[in-house]
Amino acid sequence: MSDTVRKTLFVEGKEVEFTDEKNLLEVIRKAGFEVPTLCYRPELSTFGACRMCVVEIEGRGIQSSCTMPPEPNIRVHVNTEKVRRIRKMVLELLLSNHDMECATCVRSNDCELKDLANKYEVRDLRFSRKRTLAPIDDSSPSLVRDPNKCILCGACVRACNERQGLGILAFVNRGSRTVVTPALGMNLGDVDCVGCGQCAAVCPVGSITVKSDIESVRELIDDKSKTVVCEIAPAVRVAAGEEFGLKAGENVIGKLAAALRMIGFDKVYDTNFSADLTIMEEGTELIGRIKAGEKLPLFTSCCPAWVKYVETQHPDLVSHLSTARSPQAMFGSLVKDVAVNRDGIKREDYKIVSFMPCTAKKAECLREEFSVDGERDVDFVLTTQELIRLIKASGINLAALEPEELDLPFGMYTGAGTIFGASGGVAEAALRTVYEIVTGKALDNIDIEATRGLQGYKELKAHLAGTEVKVVIVNTLKEAEKMLQKVIDGTADFQVLEVMACPGGCIGGGGQPISCNDPAKKQMRANGLYKEDSELPLRKSHENPEVKAIYDSWLEKPGSHKAHSLLHTSYVNRFETCYKNQKSK
Amino acid sequence: MSPKTICLDKVDSIIDSVGNKQSNLIAILQHVQAEYNYLPSDALVRIGVKMGISPATVYGVATFYSQFSLEPKGKYQIKCCDGTACHVRGSNPVLNAIRVKLGLEDGKYSTKDGLFSIETVSCLGACGLAPVVVINDKVYPQMTPDKIKKTIDDIRNEEEGE
Repeated sequence: MSDTVRKTLFVEGKEVEFTDEKNLLEVIRKAGFEVPTLCYRPELSTFGACRMCVVEIEGRGIQSSCTMPPEPNIRVHVNTEKVRRIRKMVLELLLSNHDMECATCVRSNDCELKDLANKYEVRDLRFSRKRTLAPIDDSSPSLVRDPNKCILCGACVRACNERQGLGILAFVNRGSRTVVTPALGMNLGDVDCVGCGQCAAVCPVGSITVKSDIESVRELIDDKSKTVVCEIAPAVRVAAGEEFGLKAGENVIGKLAAALRMIGFDKVYDTNFSADLTIMEEGTELIGRIKAGEKLPLFTSCCPAWVKYVETQHPDLVSHLSTARSPQAMFGSLVKDVAVNRDGIKREDYKIVSFMPCTAKKAECLREEFSVDGERDVDFVLTTQELIRLIKASGINLAALEPEELDLPFGMYTGAGTIFGASGGVAEAALRTVYEIVTGKALDNIDIEATRGLQGYKELKAHLAGTEVKVVIVNTLKEAEKMLQKVIDGTADFQVLEVMACPGGCIGGGGQPISCNDPAKKQMRANGLYKEDSELPLRKSHENPEVKAIYDSWLEKPGSHKAHSLLHTSYVNRFETCYKNQKSK
Repeated sequence: MSPKTICLDKVDSIIDSVGNKQSNLIAILQHVQAEYNYLPSDALVRIGVKMGISPATVYGVATFYSQFSLEPKGKYQIKCCDGTACHVRGSNPVLNAIRVKLGLEDGKYSTKDGLFSIETVSCLGACGLAPVVVINDKVYPQMTPDKIKKTIDDIRNEEEGE
């Protein structure tokens, strides 16, 4: 028990206890009162730009509650006439610089500005629009930036700086001419943006959104001459239900299979299958590198934002990246190769769509090395957000569907594949398999708790037949950069580095349903993955019967020549092409 | 218009001499601007990469302060004061006259021939002489649209005569 003095303040006359909350806003919300915010993001630094969270404090007048530390005995009012008048004025001013094209905005359903304008009865605007319309930046394969919707809350700037350490976006100019743009006013596609989409995940409006490929996928499905199959990534199944009234973390993989068949996909497969395959390849590679004592630490290569980060920020270190392609890329190349070279389907008639929690995967599938004869391995990537819209637009209520089985063989997976969706999952899955291959013994307890949890840094040591291997697991690129600095200055004492660019791993991906004001959702999604893992009969990648079968019939063995050509890749310096395409001024 | 060919080695040596610390960013930008007469885009990216500050952040700083110019400044740098005293005594007509005389479109601050560039400043501390224009450190007091046009003509004639 701590012996600190009990501190309280009063919200609308109710006595409220507080301890170490970082601001008054958190105290008020904890007490069950609602205070509107636009720029405030609990997981990012406090900015105090939007002024929506103003409250009235007796004897002190109006204060913004997000920037004020809680103090004992103050008397706070959260909804007085004056407070409401100020909030309404703020909304009017913000809207006077907003394009208000709500009907065609992708964020129409979850726009925080629109929601508040409605709540505060903003019906006609007293202020006329001053800004002229700026061009929309759709140069990135992952994201679309519409400056005309930006309310300068700075959430994207903070997310990119504080989570990824990249600072791709910044406030430019000053005063009424302030805008948020990449360096030199360039487009996102021309700078070293990794496409993780964390900026879009925290945008309260539709200023940065996920680039939609829904129409392209519809065209494929409507073309009856094509066979269209899909793969579903681990983290999608525990988030897609959220928008259909189901709880975050509820596993809807069976319902998704049913929905996607109704929509017209010929086969519904699972990226978990190729996650298992990834473990076979990457695990073999790790064992080889440890034996040879070279190119250590090994960096995981599942996360395309992380891979691009290394290629742009640290091209000298690309040799550390596992050459194993990501599960999405492996799935595309293997499944298409089997369809074309075994089953005799023309490459242009066999299409693969993947459903991902990730915006960077959209860029990954466009990489030239993941194409054969100009035909991509994975044709299109839809994020969880797009998947939800696709299902809704097809008139399907996901929640009401009876779950169906996935198609075989590429819908077969183990629990090891499922946990790829949470930070630490790849390491845990790899250890389950590598341990057994190296020691020849079964692992006593395959729940490796040290790999789990949403925290940015985790580490553990594994004993593999006399060799101690230290595994470091980080999420967010800012955490990853700290580890890279250790590699650069020679103080890295670990042999494996698992990196996921998004907070918490893929469950917190930039393509997931927006959840920035409810950090608890990420934990619920992670719990959903570990729950599925614990309930599956097979929980080790090397026990996946279809993975064994595909090695026997098609790939020979992990690390074989054929496996290399289909399942591995190489990396290049990608910074050289950034900041080159400068607009003429 | 071809500004000085950009040799980024010079940027590197400026960073080294001022000190590669984030808090020195503004000083470094000032030195780079002194060297090139403006802040070339390539230099901003180079500064960011070398200092471990994102190029966007460097660009944000460079666009925040009016002392920094992202386009080459002219051989003759015109500073038109728009402080309170100059403003009430008619600096706006003077500024407009300069822009018209130089044929500057909206959003442009330098002439195509590289001879003139214009900026407004908030006070030159010479309020008694309002409205004031300063061209390359020479003060032109009590300006009117006609007087400033003639001054510009004089400079042009002098340049052509050389």
